[in-house]
Amino acid sequence: MSAERLVDQMKMGLDAPICLTWELTYACNLECVHCLSSSGQRDPHELTTEQAKTVLDELRDLQVFYINIGGGEPMVRRDFFEIIEHAINNGIGVKFSTNGAFIDKKNAERLAALDYLDIQISLDGTDAATNDAVRGQGSYDTAIRAMNNLRDAGFGQFKISVVVTRHNVDQLDQFKELADSYGAQLRITRLRPAGRGADTWHELHPTNAQQRQIYNWLLAHGENVLTGDSFFHLNALGEESLPGLNLCGAGRVVCLIDPLGDVYACPFVIHDEFKAGTVLADGGFTKVWRESDLFTELREPQSAGACASCGAFDACQGGCMAAKFFTGLPLDGPDPECVGGDGEILLASVPVALTPRPSLDHSKPPKQKVHA
Amino acid sequence: MTITLESSCEMHPQVALRPEPFGALAYHYGNRRLVFLRHPDIVRVVRNMSSHTTLRDALTAEGVDESRWPSFVQALSSLTTSEIIRVR
Repeated sequence: MSAERLVDQMKMGLDAPICLTWELTYACNLECVHCLSSSGQRDPHELTTEQAKTVLDELRDLQVFYINIGGGEPMVRRDFFEIIEHAINNGIGVKFSTNGAFIDKKNAERLAALDYLDIQISLDGTDAATNDAVRGQGSYDTAIRAMNNLRDAGFGQFKISVVVTRHNVDQLDQFKELADSYGAQLRITRLRPAGRGADTWHELHPTNAQQRQIYNWLLAHGENVLTGDSFFHLNALGEESLPGLNLCGAGRVVCLIDPLGDVYACPFVIHDEFKAGTVLADGGFTKVWRESDLFTELREPQSAGACASCGAFDACQGGCMAAKFFTGLPLDGPDPECVGGDGEILLASVPVALTPRPSLDHSKPPKQKVHA
Repeated sequence: MTITLESSCEMHPQVALRPEPFGALAYHYGNRRLVFLRHPDIVRVVRNMSSHTTLRDALTAEGVDESRWPSFVQALSSLTTSEIIRVR
């Protein structure tokens, strides 16, 4: 079977997801300006420990090999270790994303003792000023301390996870050096205009010239750098494809379970329009994955729309559905970061007031000014 | 590593197979590699190869036509790179 036919097969969906993200809580100690899930405060309807374990048992039966756990900050949950240990004991590997605030020496040792566990520490600058401008004051030091604790505990290879922005794109070499100095693996992903990111994307996303810089950097270093295949829209820049699957996996090989148990097509589209169902209904996650109207629709052949006549469509596949949706662009047209510049032209004509807002917002209330 | 028809092979003990319409997904819990096995026949061979002395015996037992053996040897050799299978 040829590689192309495999991609076609994957577009039609798999019996269970390959890449399932599960955000355990909307609570977070940070308030990153580009947070995909507009996290901050816990939602009173978040899944209980028992409900979470029931979902994990279902994922075990579906042979989901690993899950990507995120949030919010997942370690905020008091049952964090109970949940990940339940997953691991059932043969579900855990990769979790954290800002590192709760990785003190003791927790680092506890994490180091677990098999089938990968950790991604989020870091968006190789210096405090660049990082903290996006992730909040003190968050650089917090991340470095967590990395030191993991190293000292003998955790082994963890990952440093970077969202590439206009302001840190010039630091890619330094990120790689930092990762190498810890024996860590570097992971870089694309900034999405989802959650609070919808409000900051216009100021933070890489310029078109910087996109070429990312593409060239990945061609030179891609073998040792993880990307979650998130830069496939850059493939339109040249003959050579970036490593990975060149397709939008939403609802096909990817999905998101949010802290409430709602299932969305991908981690970047927390919006009613992309909600496929809930794990709490009869039939659970399996029924949502296999039978929901939304996922069935996403697995049908998608129209190339306005991109049909573009010679680069095979390379970029029209880009990211979520990026189009939250910038108000039609889903069957160019990505807002279309390297040919077509998205940029369209963006100019979208009235800001008409762009969809994320359905949920768990941001903390603005801080009250203290009057002396 | 190159394997031959005379090699004795097994699926790595840390590998799990998940059936899919195109064949199966193979996941190695140790090195975290995810590999697509793109034909039901190769899935059967991988699953059962440890109970046969040689790869030749495994292919015969699974009813794989001899004309396809070279391509199977090649495909299985590539699976040793990701340690989905190994020589025992």
